[in-house]
Amino acid sequence: MAENISVTESQVTTATSTITFKNRLDHFLARWGYRRAYHRVEPGLYALGKPTPDSPVFVTANYTLSFDALRSNLKGVDCYILVLDTMGINVWCAAGKGTFGTEELMNRIKATGLENVVSHRKMTLPQLGAAGVSAFSLKEWCGWQVEYGPVRAEDLPEYLKTHKATPEMRRVRFGLWDRIVLIPVELVASFFIYAVVAVLLYLLMGPMAALAATVAFLAGTALFPALLPWLPTKDFSTKGFILGFILMLPFAAYVYLGEGTPVVKGLAILSYMLTWPPVIAFMTLNFTGSTTFTSRTGVRKEIFRYIPFMAGMFVLGVLANVILEAARLMKVI
Amino acid sequence: MFNSYKENTLKYDPEECINCGMCSKVCPHGVFAKGEKAAVLVNKEACMECGACFLNCPTEAIEVDSGVGCASAMIRAALTGSKEVTCDSGSADADKPLEAPACGRNDKT
Repeated sequence: MAENISVTESQVTTATSTITFKNRLDHFLARWGYRRAYHRVEPGLYALGKPTPDSPVFVTANYTLSFDALRSNLKGVDCYILVLDTMGINVWCAAGKGTFGTEELMNRIKATGLENVVSHRKMTLPQLGAAGVSAFSLKEWCGWQVEYGPVRAEDLPEYLKTHKATPEMRRVRFGLWDRIVLIPVELVASFFIYAVVAVLLYLLMGPMAALAATVAFLAGTALFPALLPWLPTKDFSTKGFILGFILMLPFAAYVYLGEGTPVVKGLAILSYMLTWPPVIAFMTLNFTGSTTFTSRTGVRKEIFRYIPFMAGMFVLGVLANVILEAARLMKVI
Repeated sequence: MFNSYKENTLKYDPEECINCGMCSKVCPHGVFAKGEKAAVLVNKEACMECGACFLNCPTEAIEVDSGVGCASAMIRAALTGSKEVTCDSGSADADKPLEAPACGRNDKT
């Protein structure tokens, strides 16, 4: 009887740290939400440079932005990259839902035959992967030791010199640029509903109403992300209300300085001030999911606190408008 | 006033801590700091309930009801009556992924 030795086949794909024009185009399209779930890398094991069995192993998600951030920051490092199947989702989001998790990591180690490729049992994970991976469980289950690297791949070259992360490397940031890159996806996400509302308002009520809708759309999708830390109060809803009131003031001034009886002017001003701030506040509350710091407990509290208020205000604003238009039609005032 | 983020579900018991330093390492908001004998909870209010410390604490000294603080996902869950409060970026069915929402967490490392 012949001996049957089963050896796991190890499949290693070659990767480079170069970001090509095609990669950049892919990143650009991802930022604009084009086929958002399909910016994927094949899960598996990749070799960067000329790795040996002693070379380090880095782990990432199969989202192109994640994989490209990692490999481009490992220029000149001979290593292996283990890509987990997170269904095209970045490390942090995938960790939050468990797809970048202990189980997938363990299965991927086995499936790729990584244990036949390297002689050691150490791997470096991005810090944000910790929300899905239990380092001590992995060690217990299959002997692999996890080292949590910095939050951002761009800090890897510095980190790899000492394998010690500075407190700055361990903190997640949400700076102006981090927020600005989100604007395209926000614009795309609400554009359709905005276009329908704006056209309807233009036909029913004229250019000023359509302009107000445009201001609200741009405020909720672009202005708010950019201004986030500078708007007063901590709650996103109140930040949105404040931004909305400020942006509707010019419309109120336009009505005030225009033609009409005090009643007509009053109703028109009420309509602007009551209708649009809650719409903007609702959009800004929805931006919580795009930020890096809001807790579920807090967001839930915001929903219960402000949504009824938003709905009430919006209904009153629409009512003021309906009364105004009806009165105009019937030429009562 | 106008701060719904003062309280969260993070609980820490220093008695159980073996000072391995993992929580202060994995927390992206500096909620924990390394202490002399045990980890120190230095900024509880900054906790976003991501669950990294809880998942990587070997002694159950930390407890947190982790979840994603995303209003649109929670409102959608409330409207559709589904219990699962998470974003729809990447459905469980890999062949039929839903269009992911705008998500700032979608571009880190």
